[in-house]
Amino acid sequence: MPHIPPEASTVRTVVIDGVEMAESARANVATPPAAPVLPDGLVVVVKEECETCRMVAPLLAALDATVYTQDDPTFPAGTCPIHDGDLAVSWHHQIETVPTLMRVVNGEEVERTVGWSRAEWQRITGMPTLGDELPVMRPGCGSMSIDPNLVDALRARFSGHLLKARRIELADLDDEMELMFDRGFTDGLPVVPPTEERVLRMLQGTTRGAHEIVAVVPPDLVDVTVEKIAINAVMAGCKPEYLPWVIAAVEAICTDAFNIHGVLATTMPVGPVIICNGPDTRAIGMNGAGNALGQGNRANLTIGRAVQLVVRNVGGGRPGGVDRATHGNPGKVSFCFAELEESSPFTSLASSLGMPPGTNALTVFAGEGPRCIVDQMSRDPDSLANTFAACLRTLHHPKLVLGFDVIVVMGPEHARVFADAGWDRERVLTEFHARLQIPGTELVRGANGIAEGIPEHLRDVTLGKFRPGGILLVHAGGGAGLFSAMIGGWANGDIGSKPVTVAVHE
Amino acid sequence: MSKLLLDPTNERTVTTRARVQRPASVAGQTIGLLDISKPRGDVFLDHLQQRLVDAGAKVLRYRKPTFTKPAPVDLRHEIATQCTMVIEALAD
Repeated sequence: MPHIPPEASTVRTVVIDGVEMAESARANVATPPAAPVLPDGLVVVVKEECETCRMVAPLLAALDATVYTQDDPTFPAGTCPIHDGDLAVSWHHQIETVPTLMRVVNGEEVERTVGWSRAEWQRITGMPTLGDELPVMRPGCGSMSIDPNLVDALRARFSGHLLKARRIELADLDDEMELMFDRGFTDGLPVVPPTEERVLRMLQGTTRGAHEIVAVVPPDLVDVTVEKIAINAVMAGCKPEYLPWVIAAVEAICTDAFNIHGVLATTMPVGPVIICNGPDTRAIGMNGAGNALGQGNRANLTIGRAVQLVVRNVGGGRPGGVDRATHGNPGKVSFCFAELEESSPFTSLASSLGMPPGTNALTVFAGEGPRCIVDQMSRDPDSLANTFAACLRTLHHPKLVLGFDVIVVMGPEHARVFADAGWDRERVLTEFHARLQIPGTELVRGANGIAEGIPEHLRDVTLGKFRPGGILLVHAGGGAGLFSAMIGGWANGDIGSKPVTVAVHE
Repeated sequence: MSKLLLDPTNERTVTTRARVQRPASVAGQTIGLLDISKPRGDVFLDHLQQRLVDAGAKVLRYRKPTFTKPAPVDLRHEIATQCTMVIEALAD
């Protein structure tokens, strides 16, 4: 077995308080035996495969110690080893390295050393000449209880009973993928079956307790726990390191300000658009560059998908049910991307909405699908701003104003035109708003032969296309292409939905 | 043991309740009309109110703050305690 480097050898257990643990017992959930108590005195855990263990083996024969062996039940020769065949001792006592030497008093571990350190072994055993013939130090090997090939199964065996979700038992002939479809759990695409092993691994991605309530999810207004979010994150295809982003997004959409109930129920084609900021967007591999709004990036796609699966499965919000969208849009499967901060000439979206720079944060916006803004000719900021204004004017309807916000996803080549002219975020937005002041005569019902429009009594006033703060600027996209995108919003403000920005916590 | 999956849903058990029996007549009933705040919903409800009053009903009018959110708990309670029937108008 390969040596497991220290950074890969961190084993955490699910954080669950004692009361909830007692309540988790279910008919078809096996309850593992209680954690084994270590005998008093010296205790050593070894495996034959480990060279360092074999090196110290002769010492163990002379040592008055209880020896647990993980692999070969006869190792080390000359001792009476206890075979930790199911790795229960190693798991429950967090053995990450073999050999591990411990001293136990009244059932409590009081000292521990891992690998071979002559000074430490001599001190803990109280034998000042122990192993004098051996090297001063030699690192140990990874414990079998943290073997990547075994750890998921071990976690399920020893911690699976702590998960509270109802178990769905598959018959031998059940096709698990088809079962997930048949039960209505999916968004129309296959999902990853949420086994105990996968859900427990997912929960390693957060420090939050599995049974902690994150939000109340509309439309059924159901408490959603970290565990339920983790189940849906598994189904969406998330990695554990994405989980904090999914949790944060669920929290954000379930606020009264964002109003996911209305976003779901509306006949308009909107869903939660998630824009991510902060250094961890890069750490978890999110895409804010080429094809940022498209396919091909696991983090982008699965975080957004997990959020929608939570709405579907926990909230009970389904198309044809509370979801009354006339058309919907493909982004209602998933719409999540990162801002391209590292090359942005602008302050980030999250910073502009009050987050301290460098914070891992996300913003949820009730939005439709993206639409391209093309201008390959403008090289001065005024010309380009005129283009943006002309395109933004058409959002939802050229004669409808103030009722909808918009995200402008500015591509790097467009952003450079403004940056080269010294326009920062505030200047860009001020210039856009200034170009989007529209006389009421162009907007009233009947103007331009179009019945749609604003009431006649507003004929003599000039109105902005967008309310103050109604244009959200995000820098994202590939390095080539004088293009940007606009993402139209839904009924804004107190009537409908406001963008919500929250910090992402591990 | 066969394979187990974890239930991703809210695991709710839905309670079914019998509908209140339909009254033979609206005469003498106190009927709440809930305007959900959609444009022109009031036009529809004005007509409805007149018809109901003509038929001998007492009509009380209510309004949600916004059509995009469920009626607040207090409003639902108010309607439930003041009315014998309610009509919610989904108008556009």
